[in-house]
Amino acid sequence: MKKLQILGTGCPKCKKLTEATEQAARELGIEFEIEKVTDIDKILEFGVMMTPALAVDGVVKVVGKVPTPQEIKGLIQ
Amino acid sequence: MADKPCCEPVAMNDCCNGATVLIYPCSGSSDVGEISDHAGRLLTKEGFGKMHCLAGIGGRVPGITLSAQAADKILAIDGCPQDCASKTLFVAGIDGFASVRVTDHGMPKGKTPVTDSNVRTIVQRGAEALRASELRASA
Ligand code: SF4
Repeated sequence: MKKLQILGTGCPKCKKLTEATEQAARELGIEFEIEKVTDIDKILEFGVMMTPALAVDGVVKVVGKVPTPQEIKGLIQ
Repeated sequence: MADKPCCEPVAMNDCCNGATVLIYPCSGSSDVGEISDHAGRLLTKEGFGKMHCLAGIGGRVPGITLSAQAADKILAIDGCPQDCASKTLFVAGIDGFASVRVTDHGMPKGKTPVTDSNVRTIVQRGAEALRASELRASA
């Protein structure tokens, strides 16, 4: 089960990243859970200084941008 | 529920509409390293950007390194000509940043008291360097 965490306070870009990540995970056919991390202190614990960001199994993979679902597939595999 | 404004306020500036500025002092053990550290913190307090963890860049902590790579502007504050902050950023593949070196401003290493006025000098030089710097291409 992949743990996919979207770090962001709920801005439009965070929502886009959530959608793109869900699409990527569905297309890969993997088991996954998505968690939205909206608490600033929790986001800072990852060392992340700008949102949106994506962490896969606790490891930050993307900061400050929304990659395409295709790019996200490469990051979560 | 209405959308929240984009990307507030993790990095001091709005990452979608304004520049995200990250500041990396060398924070070295010497007097000039200590001045770099105080200057980084004061620049943060005064809203020029946000001090971030140089050690995390050295350790390639993903969230920290990716944040630096995505920053619109970066200021490295080096204590002395060893330029540890600048070199740490370079080695991590981060370039296009502004820098200021404490010893270039009449503060010899090992002979400079850590005073408010010396810290203030570096804050001013750092702010000027940031103002003069271009937005980073990789941001
Ligand atoms: S730049 Fe100079 S003062 Fe700063 S950590 Fe390196 S050796 Fe120490």
